[in-house]
Amino acid sequence: MVHPLKEEEMKEHETVSHKPEAKYSYTAGQALSAFLLGLKQGKIIGRKCPKCGRVYVPPRMYCEDCFYPTSQWIEVQDEGIVMTAVASFISWTRDRLEEPEIVGTIRLFPSSARDYVYPGLFHRICCSFDDVKTMRILGKMVKAKWRPQEKRVGSVDDIECFEVI
Amino acid sequence: MKTNLKYRKVAAIGAGMTQFRRRVLDTPQEMAWEASRKALDEAGLELKDIDCVVIGSAPDAFDGVHMKGEYLAHGAGGIGKPVSRVYVGGATGVMTAISGWYHVASGMCKKVLAVAEEKMSPGRPHPQAVFRYIWDPITEKPLNPNLIWIFAMEMHRYMFVNKVSKEEIALVSVKNKRNASNNPYAQLGGEITVDDVLRSEVLVWPVQLLDVSPVSDGAAAMVFVDGDIARRYTDIPIWVEGVGWTLDNTSWPGRELAYPRYLENAARMAYTIAGIERPQKEIDVVEPYDPFDYKELHHLEGLLLARKGEAPLLLKEGYFDRDGEIPSSPSGGLLGVGNPIAAAGLMKVISIYWQLKGTAGKMQVKKPVHTGVAQAWGDLMQASTVIVMRN
Ligand SMILES: [Zn+2]
Repeated sequence: MVHPLKEEEMKEHETVSHKPEAKYSYTAGQALSAFLLGLKQGKIIGRKCPKCGRVYVPPRMYCEDCFYPTSQWIEVQDEGIVMTAVASFISWTRDRLEEPEIVGTIRLFPSSARDYVYPGLFHRICCSFDDVKTMRILGKMVKAKWRPQEKRVGSVDDIECFEVI
Repeated sequence: MKTNLKYRKVAAIGAGMTQFRRRVLDTPQEMAWEASRKALDEAGLELKDIDCVVIGSAPDAFDGVHMKGEYLAHGAGGIGKPVSRVYVGGATGVMTAISGWYHVASGMCKKVLAVAEEKMSPGRPHPQAVFRYIWDPITEKPLNPNLIWIFAMEMHRYMFVNKVSKEEIALVSVKNKRNASNNPYAQLGGEITVDDVLRSEVLVWPVQLLDVSPVSDGAAAMVFVDGDIARRYTDIPIWVEGVGWTLDNTSWPGRELAYPRYLENAARMAYTIAGIERPQKEIDVVEPYDPFDYKELHHLEGLLLARKGEAPLLLKEGYFDRDGEIPSSPSGGLLGVGNPIAAAGLMKVISIYWQLKGTAGKMQVKKPVHTGVAQAWGDLMQASTVIVMRN
Protein backbone atom coordinates (compact mmCIF):
# COMPACT_ATOMS: atom_id res chain seq x y z
CA MET A 1 0.00 0.00 0.00
CA VAL A 2 1.16 3.45 -0.92
CA HIS A 3 0.25 6.65 0.88
CA PRO A 4 -2.66 8.66 -0.60
CA LEU A 5 -0.24 11.28 -1.94
CA LYS A 6 0.27 10.80 -5.66
CA GLU A 7 3.31 11.79 -7.70
CA GLU A 8 1.39 14.79 -9.22
CA GLU A 9 0.31 15.99 -5.79
CA MET A 10 3.92 15.94 -4.64
CA LYS A 11 4.65 18.54 -7.35
CA GLU A 12 1.90 20.87 -6.14
CA HIS A 13 3.62 21.18 -2.80
CA GLU A 14 6.32 23.58 -1.83
CA THR A 15 9.64 21.82 -2.37
CA VAL A 16 13.04 23.11 -1.38
CA SER A 17 15.33 22.95 -4.41
CA HIS A 18 18.96 23.43 -3.63
CA LYS A 19 22.03 22.14 -5.38
CA PRO A 20 24.75 21.96 -2.76
CA GLU A 21 28.21 22.70 -4.11
CA ALA A 22 29.34 19.49 -2.48
CA LYS A 23 32.22 18.58 -4.74
CA TYR A 24 35.03 16.44 -3.44
CA SER A 25 38.67 16.17 -4.41
CA TYR A 26 39.42 12.66 -3.27
CA THR A 27 42.98 11.58 -2.72
CA ALA A 28 44.02 8.28 -4.24
CA GLY A 29 46.60 7.67 -1.54
CA GLN A 30 49.89 5.82 -1.81
CA ALA A 31 48.65 2.43 -2.94
CA LEU A 32 45.96 3.48 -5.38
CA SER A 33 48.15 6.18 -6.95
CA ALA A 34 50.61 3.49 -8.00
CA PHE A 35 47.70 1.34 -9.13
CA LEU A 36 46.32 4.12 -11.35
CA LEU A 37 49.79 4.84 -12.83
CA GLY A 38 50.08 1.12 -13.53
CA LEU A 39 46.77 1.13 -15.40
CA LYS A 40 48.07 3.97 -17.56
CA GLN A 41 50.90 1.64 -18.57
CA GLY A 42 48.55 -1.27 -19.18
CA LYS A 43 49.50 -3.10 -15.97
CA ILE A 44 47.46 -4.25 -12.99
CA ILE A 45 49.50 -3.70 -9.86
CA GLY A 46 48.99 -5.13 -6.40
CA ARG A 47 50.76 -5.26 -3.03
CA LYS A 48 51.91 -8.36 -1.24
CA CYS A 49 52.00 -8.98 2.50
CA PRO A 50 55.40 -10.37 3.55
CA LYS A 51 53.87 -12.17 6.53
CA CYS A 52 50.91 -14.08 5.10
CA GLY A 53 51.55 -13.72 1.37
CA ARG A 54 48.14 -12.26 0.60
CA VAL A 55 48.10 -10.17 -2.58
CA TYR A 56 45.91 -7.06 -2.55
CA VAL A 57 44.42 -5.88 -5.84
CA PRO A 58 43.53 -3.02 -5.78
CA PRO A 59 46.67 -2.57 -3.70
CA ARG A 60 46.79 -1.65 -0.04
CA MET A 61 49.73 -0.38 2.02
CA TYR A 62 48.83 -2.62 4.96
CA CYS A 63 47.58 -6.15 5.46
CA GLU A 64 44.15 -6.17 7.09
CA ASP A 65 44.80 -9.59 8.65
CA CYS A 66 48.37 -9.21 9.96
CA PHE A 67 48.06 -5.45 10.46
CA TYR A 68 51.61 -4.94 9.20
CA PRO A 69 52.77 -2.99 6.15
CA THR A 70 52.60 -4.79 2.83
CA SER A 71 56.09 -4.73 1.39
CA GLN A 72 56.20 -5.52 -2.28
CA TRP A 73 54.66 -4.24 -5.50
CA ILE A 74 53.48 -7.10 -7.66
CA GLU A 75 52.11 -7.11 -11.17
CA VAL A 76 49.23 -9.58 -11.52
CA GLN A 77 47.83 -10.80 -14.82
CA ASP A 78 45.18 -8.83 -16.67
CA GLU A 79 43.32 -12.13 -17.00
CA GLY A 80 41.03 -13.93 -14.62
CA ILE A 81 37.74 -15.66 -14.00
CA VAL A 82 34.29 -14.03 -14.02
CA MET A 83 32.95 -14.62 -10.51
CA THR A 84 29.62 -12.92 -11.12
CA ALA A 85 27.98 -10.74 -13.76
CA VAL A 86 24.75 -8.76 -13.95
CA ALA A 87 22.87 -6.73 -16.57
CA SER A 88 21.58 -3.38 -15.37
CA PHE A 89 18.49 -1.88 -16.97
CA ILE A 90 18.53 1.12 -14.64
CA SER A 91 20.96 3.99 -14.19
CA TRP A 92 22.33 5.11 -10.83
CA THR A 93 19.37 7.49 -10.52
CA ARG A 94 17.03 4.59 -11.37
CA ASP A 95 16.19 5.86 -14.86
CA ARG A 96 15.40 3.17 -17.38
CA LEU A 97 18.25 2.14 -19.73
CA GLU A 98 17.51 0.95 -23.27
CA GLU A 99 20.63 -1.18 -23.52
CA PRO A 100 21.68 -2.98 -20.38
CA GLU A 101 25.03 -2.21 -18.84
CA ILE A 102 26.91 -5.39 -17.96
CA VAL A 103 29.23 -5.46 -14.98
CA GLY A 104 30.69 -8.03 -12.66
CA THR A 105 33.67 -9.06 -10.58
CA ILE A 106 36.80 -10.77 -11.86
CA ARG A 107 39.16 -12.96 -9.83
CA LEU A 108 42.55 -12.15 -11.34
CA PHE A 109 45.41 -14.63 -11.74
CA PRO A 110 47.44 -15.81 -9.94
CA SER A 111 44.74 -17.09 -7.56
CA SER A 112 42.85 -20.29 -6.97
CA ALA A 113 39.17 -21.25 -7.03
CA ARG A 114 39.48 -22.20 -3.35
CA ASP A 115 40.42 -18.69 -2.21
CA TYR A 116 37.78 -16.81 -0.17
CA VAL A 117 39.70 -13.58 -0.76
CA TYR A 118 41.72 -12.93 -3.90
CA PRO A 119 43.03 -10.15 -6.15
CA GLY A 120 39.76 -8.94 -7.62
CA LEU A 121 38.30 -6.15 -9.70
CA PHE A 122 34.82 -4.78 -10.25
CA HIS A 123 34.41 -3.84 -13.91
CA ARG A 124 32.35 -3.88 -17.08
CA ILE A 125 32.19 -7.17 -18.93
CA CYS A 126 31.86 -7.14 -22.73
CA CYS A 127 29.21 -9.78 -23.39
CA SER A 128 25.52 -10.03 -24.26
CA PHE A 129 22.52 -9.96 -21.94
CA ASP A 130 21.93 -13.54 -23.02
CA ASP A 131 25.40 -14.53 -21.78
CA VAL A 132 24.41 -13.14 -18.39
CA LYS A 133 20.89 -14.53 -18.34
CA THR A 134 22.02 -18.06 -19.19
CA MET A 135 24.95 -17.70 -16.73
CA ARG A 136 27.28 -18.72 -19.58
CA ILE A 137 29.60 -15.85 -18.70
CA LEU A 138 30.03 -16.90 -15.05
CA GLY A 139 33.18 -18.95 -14.57
CA LYS A 140 34.54 -17.88 -17.99
CA MET A 141 38.14 -16.78 -18.44
CA VAL A 142 38.40 -13.12 -19.45
CA LYS A 143 41.11 -10.59 -20.27
CA ALA A 144 41.23 -6.83 -19.92
CA LYS A 145 40.45 -4.89 -23.10
CA TRP A 146 42.71 -1.85 -22.69
CA ARG A 147 41.98 1.51 -24.22
CA PRO A 148 44.66 2.69 -26.66
CA GLN A 149 47.72 3.93 -24.75
CA GLU A 150 47.29 7.58 -25.81
CA LYS A 151 43.74 7.58 -24.42
CA ARG A 152 44.67 6.23 -20.98
CA VAL A 153 44.52 8.74 -18.16
CA GLY A 154 45.30 6.71 -15.04
CA SER A 155 41.79 5.56 -14.13
CA VAL A 156 39.93 2.27 -13.84
CA ASP A 157 38.28 3.49 -17.01
CA ASP A 158 41.58 2.83 -18.86
CA ILE A 159 40.23 -0.68 -19.15
CA GLU A 160 37.23 -0.61 -21.46
CA CYS A 161 35.95 -3.92 -20.15
CA PHE A 162 36.91 -7.53 -19.62
CA GLU A 163 36.17 -9.84 -22.54
CA VAL A 164 36.19 -13.59 -23.04
CA ILE A 165 39.39 -15.08 -24.45
CA MET B 1 34.51 -16.27 22.54
CA LYS B 2 34.00 -16.79 26.26
CA THR B 3 30.73 -18.21 27.54
CA ASN B 4 31.25 -17.10 31.13
CA LEU B 5 30.77 -13.43 30.32
CA LYS B 6 29.82 -11.38 33.33
CA TYR B 7 26.97 -9.06 32.61
CA ARG B 8 23.53 -8.25 33.98
CA LYS B 9 20.54 -10.11 32.59
CA VAL B 10 18.46 -8.01 30.21
CA ALA B 11 14.77 -8.31 29.36
CA ALA B 12 12.63 -6.71 26.68
CA ILE B 13 9.33 -5.58 28.20
CA GLY B 14 7.75 -3.33 25.57
CA ALA B 15 7.72 -2.59 21.86
CA GLY B 16 5.94 -0.26 19.44
CA MET B 17 5.89 0.51 15.75
CA THR B 18 4.35 2.87 13.27
CA GLN B 19 2.73 1.43 10.19
CA PHE B 20 5.30 1.10 7.42
CA ARG B 21 4.13 3.17 4.48
CA ARG B 22 5.48 5.12 1.53
CA ARG B 23 5.29 8.93 1.71
CA VAL B 24 4.09 9.09 5.27
CA LEU B 25 2.85 12.61 6.07
CA ASP B 26 4.41 12.62 9.57
CA THR B 27 7.92 13.92 10.14
CA PRO B 28 10.70 11.53 11.21
CA GLN B 29 10.43 13.01 14.72
CA GLU B 30 6.68 12.40 14.86
CA MET B 31 7.19 8.81 13.73
CA ALA B 32 9.91 8.25 16.34
CA TRP B 33 7.57 9.64 19.00
CA GLU B 34 4.67 7.40 17.96
CA ALA B 35 6.79 4.24 18.13
CA SER B 36 8.44 5.32 21.42
CA ARG B 37 5.11 6.17 23.09
CA LYS B 38 3.66 2.79 22.08
CA ALA B 39 6.74 0.95 23.43
CA LEU B 40 6.49 2.80 26.77
CA ASP B 41 2.76 2.05 26.95
CA GLU B 42 3.32 -1.66 26.35
CA ALA B 43 6.05 -1.64 29.03
CA GLY B 44 3.86 0.31 31.45
CA LEU B 45 6.55 2.97 31.86
CA GLU B 46 6.69 6.73 31.56
CA LEU B 47 9.55 8.67 30.02
CA LYS B 48 10.77 9.75 33.46
CA ASP B 49 11.46 6.06 34.22
CA ILE B 50 13.91 5.77 31.31
CA ASP B 51 17.63 6.17 32.14
CA CYS B 52 19.24 6.07 28.69
CA VAL B 53 18.15 6.33 25.07
CA VAL B 54 19.64 4.62 22.03
CA ILE B 55 18.78 5.83 18.54
CA GLY B 56 19.41 3.89 15.35
CA SER B 57 19.24 5.43 11.92
CA ALA B 58 20.95 4.72 8.59
CA PRO B 59 22.45 7.40 6.29
CA ASP B 60 21.27 10.93 7.09
CA ALA B 61 20.83 11.49 3.38
CA PHE B 62 17.61 9.44 3.25
CA ASP B 63 15.59 11.69 5.53
CA GLY B 64 17.55 14.64 4.13
CA VAL B 65 18.52 15.87 7.59
CA HIS B 66 22.05 15.78 8.92
CA MET B 67 22.83 14.75 12.52
CA LYS B 68 19.81 12.50 12.62
CA GLY B 69 20.55 11.20 16.10
CA GLU B 70 20.36 14.74 17.48
CA TYR B 71 17.41 15.57 15.21
CA LEU B 72 15.40 12.57 16.42
CA ALA B 73 16.35 12.98 20.09
CA HIS B 74 13.21 14.71 21.35
CA GLY B 75 10.88 12.37 19.45
CA ALA B 76 12.83 9.46 20.90
CA GLY B 77 12.57 10.68 24.50
CA GLY B 78 16.25 11.56 24.77
CA ILE B 79 16.18 15.11 26.15
CA GLY B 80 18.30 15.44 29.30
CA LYS B 81 19.41 11.81 29.12
CA PRO B 82 22.51 9.99 27.87
CA VAL B 83 21.73 9.43 24.16
CA SER B 84 23.83 7.59 21.63
CA ARG B 85 23.19 6.86 18.00
CA VAL B 86 24.34 3.66 16.37
CA TYR B 87 24.88 3.19 12.66
CA VAL B 88 26.15 0.08 10.89
CA GLY B 89 24.42 0.48 7.52
CA GLY B 90 21.50 -1.87 6.92
CA ALA B 91 22.49 -3.78 10.05
CA THR B 92 21.59 -0.75 12.20
CA GLY B 93 18.13 -1.89 13.33
CA VAL B 94 19.31 -5.00 15.16
CA MET B 95 22.38 -3.06 16.37
CA THR B 96 19.96 -0.62 18.02
CA ALA B 97 18.58 -3.50 20.09
CA ILE B 98 22.10 -4.82 20.77
CA SER B 99 23.20 -1.38 21.91
CA GLY B 100 20.12 -1.15 24.14
CA TRP B 101 21.15 -4.51 25.54
CA TYR B 102 24.71 -3.50 26.45
CA HIS B 103 23.61 -0.25 28.04
CA VAL B 104 21.68 -2.42 30.52
CA ALA B 105 23.99 -5.47 30.54
CA SER B 106 26.94 -3.28 31.53
CA GLY B 107 25.06 -2.13 34.61
CA MET B 108 25.15 1.49 33.47
CA CYS B 109 21.38 1.88 32.93
CA LYS B 110 18.40 0.07 34.40
CA LYS B 111 15.87 1.02 31.73
CA VAL B 112 16.64 1.87 28.14
CA LEU B 113 14.48 3.07 25.28
CA ALA B 114 15.86 1.94 21.90
CA VAL B 115 14.39 3.74 18.89
CA ALA B 116 14.98 3.23 15.16
CA GLU B 117 13.62 5.45 12.41
CA GLU B 118 14.00 5.86 8.66
CA LYS B 119 12.18 7.91 6.09
CA MET B 120 13.12 6.65 2.65
CA SER B 121 10.66 8.60 0.51
CA PRO B 122 11.82 12.26 0.67
CA GLY B 123 14.89 11.78 -1.58
CA ARG B 124 14.58 12.99 -5.17
CA PRO B 125 14.60 11.72 -7.84
CA HIS B 126 14.86 8.38 -6.03
CA PRO B 127 16.48 7.12 -2.81
CA GLN B 128 18.83 5.07 -5.05
CA ALA B 129 20.75 8.27 -5.81
CA VAL B 130 21.67 8.59 -2.13
CA PHE B 131 23.80 5.49 -2.41
CA ARG B 132 26.22 7.23 -4.78
CA TYR B 133 28.60 7.99 -1.94
CA ILE B 134 29.01 4.50 -0.54
CA TRP B 135 31.39 3.39 -3.28
CA ASP B 136 35.15 3.61 -3.36
CA PRO B 137 35.71 6.97 -5.06
CA ILE B 138 38.82 5.82 -6.96
CA THR B 139 38.19 2.23 -7.99
CA GLU B 140 34.40 1.94 -8.16
CA LYS B 141 32.63 5.26 -8.59
CA PRO B 142 34.03 5.93 -12.10
CA LEU B 143 31.88 2.99 -13.29
CA ASN B 144 28.68 4.77 -12.12
CA PRO B 145 27.35 1.91 -10.01
CA ASN B 146 23.92 1.82 -8.42
CA LEU B 147 23.19 -0.07 -5.27
CA ILE B 148 21.15 -2.85 -6.83
CA TRP B 149 24.20 -3.83 -8.89
CA ILE B 150 26.11 -5.34 -6.01
CA PHE B 151 23.13 -7.22 -4.67
CA ALA B 152 22.39 -8.54 -8.14
CA MET B 153 26.05 -9.60 -8.30
CA GLU B 154 25.81 -11.38 -4.97
CA MET B 155 22.50 -13.01 -5.93
CA HIS B 156 23.88 -14.26 -9.25
CA ARG B 157 26.99 -15.64 -7.58
CA TYR B 158 24.82 -17.42 -4.99
CA MET B 159 22.66 -18.87 -7.78
CA PHE B 160 25.70 -19.94 -9.81
CA VAL B 161 27.63 -21.62 -7.02
CA ASN B 162 24.62 -23.40 -5.49
CA LYS B 163 22.70 -24.05 -8.74
CA VAL B 164 19.64 -22.19 -7.52
CA SER B 165 16.93 -20.99 -9.93
CA LYS B 166 15.06 -17.68 -9.94
CA GLU B 167 11.83 -19.65 -9.35
CA GLU B 168 13.23 -21.09 -6.12
CA ILE B 169 14.28 -17.65 -4.93
CA ALA B 170 10.94 -16.05 -5.86
CA LEU B 171 9.27 -18.38 -3.33
CA VAL B 172 10.73 -16.17 -0.58
CA SER B 173 8.84 -13.16 -1.94
CA VAL B 174 5.64 -15.21 -2.19
CA LYS B 175 5.99 -16.50 1.39
CA ASN B 176 6.88 -13.15 2.95
CA LYS B 177 4.17 -11.13 1.23
CA ARG B 178 1.66 -13.81 2.30
CA ASN B 179 2.91 -13.63 5.90
CA ALA B 180 2.67 -9.83 5.75
CA SER B 181 -1.04 -9.99 5.00
CA ASN B 182 -1.44 -11.00 8.67
CA ASN B 183 0.62 -8.03 9.86
CA PRO B 184 -1.33 -4.84 10.63
CA TYR B 185 1.83 -2.72 10.19
CA ALA B 186 2.64 -4.05 6.70
CA GLN B 187 2.82 -2.07 3.49
CA LEU B 188 2.83 -4.81 0.87
CA GLY B 189 1.08 -7.90 2.19
CA GLY B 190 -0.84 -10.07 -0.22
CA GLU B 191 -1.02 -13.15 -2.35
CA ILE B 192 1.40 -13.15 -5.24
CA THR B 193 2.74 -16.01 -7.36
CA VAL B 194 6.19 -17.01 -8.53
CA ASP B 195 5.04 -15.96 -12.01
CA ASP B 196 4.23 -12.46 -10.77
CA VAL B 197 7.81 -12.14 -9.53
CA LEU B 198 9.29 -13.50 -12.76
CA ARG B 199 7.13 -11.17 -14.86
CA SER B 200 7.87 -8.02 -12.85
CA GLU B 201 10.14 -5.27 -14.19
CA VAL B 202 13.76 -6.33 -14.66
CA LEU B 203 15.91 -3.90 -12.67
CA VAL B 204 19.36 -5.44 -12.73
CA TRP B 205 19.27 -9.03 -13.93
CA PRO B 206 18.77 -11.31 -12.01
CA VAL B 207 16.96 -8.83 -9.73
CA GLN B 208 13.37 -7.94 -10.69
CA LEU B 209 10.97 -5.54 -9.01
CA LEU B 210 9.21 -8.13 -6.85
CA ASP B 211 12.55 -9.56 -5.69
CA VAL B 212 13.11 -6.27 -3.83
CA SER B 213 11.52 -4.76 -0.71
CA PRO B 214 9.60 -1.50 -1.17
CA VAL B 215 10.71 2.03 -0.32
CA SER B 216 9.09 2.85 3.04
CA ASP B 217 8.90 5.22 5.96
CA GLY B 218 8.61 3.94 9.51
CA ALA B 219 9.80 3.84 13.10
CA ALA B 220 10.09 1.13 15.75
CA ALA B 221 11.02 1.20 19.44
CA MET B 222 11.71 -1.23 22.28
CA VAL B 223 12.20 -0.99 26.03
CA PHE B 224 14.98 -3.07 27.64
CA VAL B 225 15.34 -3.32 31.40
CA ASP B 226 17.59 -4.90 34.00
CA GLY B 227 16.56 -8.51 34.68
CA ASP B 228 16.20 -7.88 38.43
CA ILE B 229 13.35 -5.42 37.93
CA ALA B 230 11.71 -6.87 34.80
CA ARG B 231 8.98 -8.75 36.70
CA ARG B 232 7.77 -5.54 38.30
CA TYR B 233 6.44 -4.56 34.91
CA THR B 234 5.49 -7.79 33.17
CA ASP B 235 4.70 -11.44 33.80
CA ILE B 236 6.36 -12.40 30.54
CA PRO B 237 9.79 -10.78 30.24
CA ILE B 238 11.55 -11.79 27.02
CA TRP B 239 15.22 -12.34 27.70
CA VAL B 240 18.03 -11.17 25.46
CA GLU B 241 20.34 -14.17 25.66
CA GLY B 242 22.89 -13.65 22.94
CA VAL B 243 24.21 -10.87 20.73
CA GLY B 244 26.76 -10.87 17.93
CA TRP B 245 28.01 -8.45 15.33
CA THR B 246 30.94 -8.43 12.94
CA LEU B 247 32.19 -6.51 9.95
CA ASP B 248 34.02 -7.62 6.81
CA ASN B 249 36.15 -5.42 4.54
CA THR B 250 34.90 -3.10 1.80
CA SER B 251 36.75 -5.15 -0.84
CA TRP B 252 33.68 -7.03 -2.04
CA PRO B 253 35.12 -7.51 -5.58
CA GLY B 254 37.92 -9.55 -4.00
CA ARG B 255 35.77 -11.81 -1.84
CA GLU B 256 33.62 -14.92 -2.39
CA LEU B 257 30.05 -13.58 -2.40
CA ALA B 258 28.22 -16.92 -2.42
CA TYR B 259 28.46 -17.26 1.36
CA PRO B 260 28.28 -14.54 4.04
CA ARG B 261 31.15 -15.44 6.38
CA TYR B 262 30.65 -12.13 8.22
CA LEU B 263 27.21 -13.35 9.25
CA GLU B 264 28.46 -16.77 10.31
CA ASN B 265 30.96 -15.03 12.60
CA ALA B 266 28.25 -12.83 14.12
CA ALA B 267 25.88 -15.79 14.51
CA ARG B 268 28.53 -17.93 16.20
CA MET B 269 29.23 -15.10 18.63
CA ALA B 270 25.54 -14.76 19.53
CA TYR B 271 25.00 -18.53 19.74
CA THR B 272 28.02 -18.99 22.00
CA ILE B 273 26.75 -16.36 24.42
CA ALA B 274 23.27 -17.94 24.33
CA GLY B 275 24.70 -21.44 24.74
CA ILE B 276 23.26 -22.65 21.42
CA GLU B 277 25.22 -25.60 20.05
CA ARG B 278 22.87 -26.95 17.37
CA PRO B 279 21.10 -23.92 15.88
CA GLN B 280 18.78 -25.92 13.62
CA LYS B 281 17.50 -27.95 16.58
CA GLU B 282 17.38 -25.20 19.17
CA ILE B 283 16.01 -22.19 17.30
CA ASP B 284 12.22 -22.14 16.94
CA VAL B 285 11.56 -19.01 14.92
CA VAL B 286 13.76 -16.65 12.92
CA GLU B 287 13.62 -13.23 11.30
CA PRO B 288 16.52 -13.08 8.83
CA TYR B 289 17.08 -9.79 7.00
CA ASP B 290 15.32 -9.89 3.61
CA PRO B 291 15.61 -6.63 1.66
CA PHE B 292 15.96 -8.94 -1.36
CA ASP B 293 14.39 -12.40 -1.58
CA TYR B 294 17.69 -14.28 -2.14
CA LYS B 295 19.06 -12.55 0.97
CA GLU B 296 16.73 -14.50 3.25
CA LEU B 297 18.14 -17.78 1.88
CA HIS B 298 21.72 -16.47 2.02
CA HIS B 299 21.18 -15.38 5.61
CA LEU B 300 19.47 -18.61 6.73
CA GLU B 301 22.67 -20.37 5.61
CA GLY B 302 24.92 -17.82 7.33
CA LEU B 303 22.81 -18.26 10.49
CA LEU B 304 23.61 -21.99 10.25
CA LEU B 305 19.90 -22.85 9.94
CA ALA B 306 20.57 -24.54 6.60
CA ARG B 307 23.69 -26.00 5.02
CA LYS B 308 25.40 -24.01 2.26
CA GLY B 309 23.10 -24.02 -0.77
CA GLU B 310 20.42 -26.00 1.05
CA ALA B 311 18.06 -23.19 2.09
CA PRO B 312 16.12 -23.12 -1.23
CA LEU B 313 15.34 -26.83 -0.92
CA LEU B 314 14.13 -26.50 2.68
CA LEU B 315 12.04 -23.49 1.68
CA LYS B 316 10.37 -25.49 -1.09
CA GLU B 317 9.53 -28.24 1.40
CA GLY B 318 7.76 -25.71 3.65
CA TYR B 319 10.41 -25.89 6.38
CA PHE B 320 10.43 -22.07 6.75
CA ASP B 321 6.65 -21.56 6.41
CA ARG B 322 4.58 -20.15 9.23
CA ASP B 323 3.53 -23.69 10.18
CA GLY B 324 6.93 -25.21 9.30
CA GLU B 325 9.86 -26.45 11.40
CA ILE B 326 11.53 -23.05 11.70
CA PRO B 327 9.11 -20.32 10.62
CA SER B 328 11.14 -17.63 8.85
CA SER B 329 9.99 -13.99 8.63
CA PRO B 330 6.55 -14.62 10.14
CA SER B 331 6.12 -10.82 10.19
CA GLY B 332 6.34 -10.74 6.41
CA GLY B 333 9.87 -9.37 6.53
CA LEU B 334 11.13 -6.36 4.65
CA LEU B 335 9.63 -7.75 1.44
CA GLY B 336 6.14 -7.62 2.90
CA VAL B 337 6.22 -5.11 5.73
CA GLY B 338 8.52 -2.57 4.06
CA ASN B 339 12.11 -1.41 4.31
CA PRO B 340 12.65 1.79 6.28
CA ILE B 341 16.20 0.57 6.90
CA ALA B 342 16.93 0.95 10.63
CA ALA B 343 13.25 0.65 11.59
CA ALA B 344 12.98 -2.51 9.48
CA GLY B 345 15.81 -4.15 11.41
CA LEU B 346 14.27 -3.31 14.78
CA MET B 347 10.89 -4.48 13.42
CA LYS B 348 12.52 -7.92 13.01
CA VAL B 349 13.56 -7.93 16.68
CA ILE B 350 10.05 -6.82 17.70
CA SER B 351 8.52 -9.60 15.62
CA ILE B 352 10.56 -12.19 17.53
CA TYR B 353 9.75 -10.46 20.83
CA TRP B 354 5.99 -10.64 20.13
CA GLN B 355 6.28 -14.27 18.93
CA LEU B 356 8.04 -15.28 22.16
CA LYS B 357 5.55 -13.35 24.25
CA GLY B 358 2.66 -14.98 22.41
CA THR B 359 1.15 -11.63 21.43
CA ALA B 360 1.84 -11.74 17.69
CA GLY B 361 -1.89 -12.05 16.94
CA LYS B 362 -2.59 -13.32 13.46
CA MET B 363 1.17 -13.50 12.85
CA GLN B 364 1.68 -15.99 15.70
CA VAL B 365 3.37 -19.13 14.40
CA LYS B 366 1.66 -22.48 14.87
CA LYS B 367 4.29 -24.25 16.97
CA PRO B 368 5.16 -23.29 20.55
CA VAL B 369 8.28 -21.13 20.52
CA HIS B 370 11.00 -20.76 23.13
CA THR B 371 14.06 -19.42 21.29
CA GLY B 372 14.03 -16.84 18.51
CA VAL B 373 16.67 -15.07 16.42
CA ALA B 374 16.58 -11.77 14.53
CA GLN B 375 19.29 -10.63 12.15
CA ALA B 376 20.16 -7.64 10.00
CA TRP B 377 22.85 -6.95 7.45
CA GLY B 378 24.32 -3.99 5.68
CA ASP B 379 27.06 -1.98 3.99
CA LEU B 380 29.01 -3.45 1.06
CA MET B 381 28.06 -7.04 1.99
CA GLN B 382 29.94 -6.44 5.20
CA ALA B 383 28.06 -5.94 8.42
CA SER B 384 25.89 -8.40 10.27
CA THR B 385 24.07 -8.16 13.57
CA VAL B 386 22.36 -11.05 15.38
CA ILE B 387 20.25 -11.21 18.52
CA VAL B 388 18.96 -14.31 20.33
CA MET B 389 15.96 -14.03 22.65
CA ARG B 390 14.11 -16.52 24.85
CA ASN B 391 10.90 -16.51 26.86
ZN1 LIG C 1 49.23 -10.45 5.99
